[in-house]
Amino acid sequence: MPTDASALDLILRADPVLLAIVRLSLIVSLSAVLCAALIAIPFGALIALTRFPGRNAVIVVLNALMGLPPVVVGLVVYLLLSRSGPLGSLGILFTPAAMIVAQTILVAPIIAALSRQTIEDLWTEYRDELDAMNVGPLQRIVTLIADARFSLVTALLAGFGRAAAEVGAVIIVGGNIDGFTRVMTTAIALETSKGNLPLAIGLGVILLVLVLVVNALAWGVRRAGERYAG
Amino acid sequence: MRAPATDLPLMLEDVSLLARAVTILDRVRLTFSAGAPTMLVGPNGSGKSSLMRVAMGLVPPTSGRVTYGGRTGVPPTRRAIVFQRPVMLRRSASANLIYALAAAGVPRSERSAAAQELLDRVGLGGLSERPARRMSGGEQQRLAIARALAKQPEILFLDEPTASLDPAATKATEDIIRTIAGQGIKIVMATHDLGEARRLGGEIVLMNKGRVVEVADTQTFFTTPATDAARRFVAGELLV
Repeated sequence: MPTDASALDLILRADPVLLAIVRLSLIVSLSAVLCAALIAIPFGALIALTRFPGRNAVIVVLNALMGLPPVVVGLVVYLLLSRSGPLGSLGILFTPAAMIVAQTILVAPIIAALSRQTIEDLWTEYRDELDAMNVGPLQRIVTLIADARFSLVTALLAGFGRAAAEVGAVIIVGGNIDGFTRVMTTAIALETSKGNLPLAIGLGVILLVLVLVVNALAWGVRRAGERYAG
Repeated sequence: MRAPATDLPLMLEDVSLLARAVTILDRVRLTFSAGAPTMLVGPNGSGKSSLMRVAMGLVPPTSGRVTYGGRTGVPPTRRAIVFQRPVMLRRSASANLIYALAAAGVPRSERSAAAQELLDRVGLGGLSERPARRMSGGEQQRLAIARALAKQPEILFLDEPTASLDPAATKATEDIIRTIAGQGIKIVMATHDLGEARRLGGEIVLMNKGRVVEVADTQTFFTTPATDAARRFVAGELLV
C-alpha cells in the first residue's frame, strides 16, 4: 500500500489492503457480538427472572464488568491460549479466532447487563399475564427474549461499538500480523506510530462510517419491528 | 370412567393476606359456585383485586386456604383472569391468542382456527393481524377476554374490565360477559359501577377493608340489604 496516498484516495480506489483490514475487522467484531449474544442474552434473562441469594452482587459485578479493560482481557486470553497455557493445545493464539474469543469476553458483560435490565423491565410488565397463563419457566425466558428483541438490538449495538473500537485485546492476542490479524483499530495504531497518517485517517473514517451504518440499520430494523409488533 | 376434576366450587376458607403488616384480606370466607355471575363491589382498597388474585392462585394467602372442588394447590389450568389493565404481548391480536392457546396445550395444528374463532367470539374477527398494543382500550379489553377464554376456563375472574371504557365499549364488553356466562363459565367480576353490578350480577359480594361485609343475590342486595354498610353503599354513601 503506498504511503503517500491520501486517505480519500485509498477509500475511493477501494484499496485491497484497506478492504482486507475492514473485512477482517467486521468478521471479528460481528462474530464476537454473535457469540457473546448467544451466551449473554439467555444469561441476562436468567438473572432477570430468578431470585437467589447474592443476586444483587451478581448484578453489580455484571455492571462493573462492562468496564473491563481490554488489555487485561487480552492478557488473560493470551495466558490461556499461549503454548504453555491451559488452552494452548488449541493453537489459535495470533489468529482471528483468538481475537474473537477476546472480544467475546469483552462484549458479553455489556450485552448481559443491558439484556438483564431490558428483560427485567419487560418481565415486570408481563409477569401477571404469564403467571395467569401458567407459562413455564423456559417458555417465559423465550417469550421475554422474543418480545424484547427490538429493544435488545440496543444491547447488541453497544456490544458492537465496544468490539469495533477496542484495540488493546486484539493487538495482544492477534499480534497485528499484516494480512492475517490486522484489523482497523490495530492498523490505525500502527500506521499512526509509523507516521502513515493518510491510511490511519482513512481507516478511522471507515470505522466511523461503519459504526454509523450498523447503528442506522439496527435503528431501522427496530423501528420497522416496533411498527409491526406494537 | 372418572368424572374430570372441577375447580368448582372454589372456596376461600378464612383467607387472610398481609403485605408488610398491612392487612389486605381479613379472614375471608367465600364460596364461588357454578351459576350466575358474582360481582365483587366495594370502595378502592377494599380487597377486591387481591381476593381475585388469591382465588386465582397467583398470590398465596398468608393464612387460611383456597380449595378448588375440594382440592388444594391446583394449578390454574381451568381458571383465567383478565386484569384491570391487561398487558398485550408485543405481537398481533391473533398471535396473542395463539400464544395463549399454546400455553393452554392446544395442538399447533388447531391454534390458528381456534384463535380466529376466539376473535370472532369477542367481535374482533376483522382485526386479527393488527398489533395488539395498537388497539383501542375497549378492543384490548375484549382481546384480553378472548385470551383468557383460550384456556376454556370453568371460572373467569374479571377485574373491573369496563373501568376506563366509554359507554359503547362498556356495552360491547358487558354483552360478551353475558354471553360467556350464558355458556356456563362462572364469572367473578370486580366493579365500581353499581349499575353494572345490577345489570350483570346474579350475586353481589360487598367488601370493605379486606372483609366480606355482605353476600346476597342481586335483587336482595339492592332492595333489602342486610347490613348498614350495604345500605349506605347502595344509597351512594362513601364507605370509609
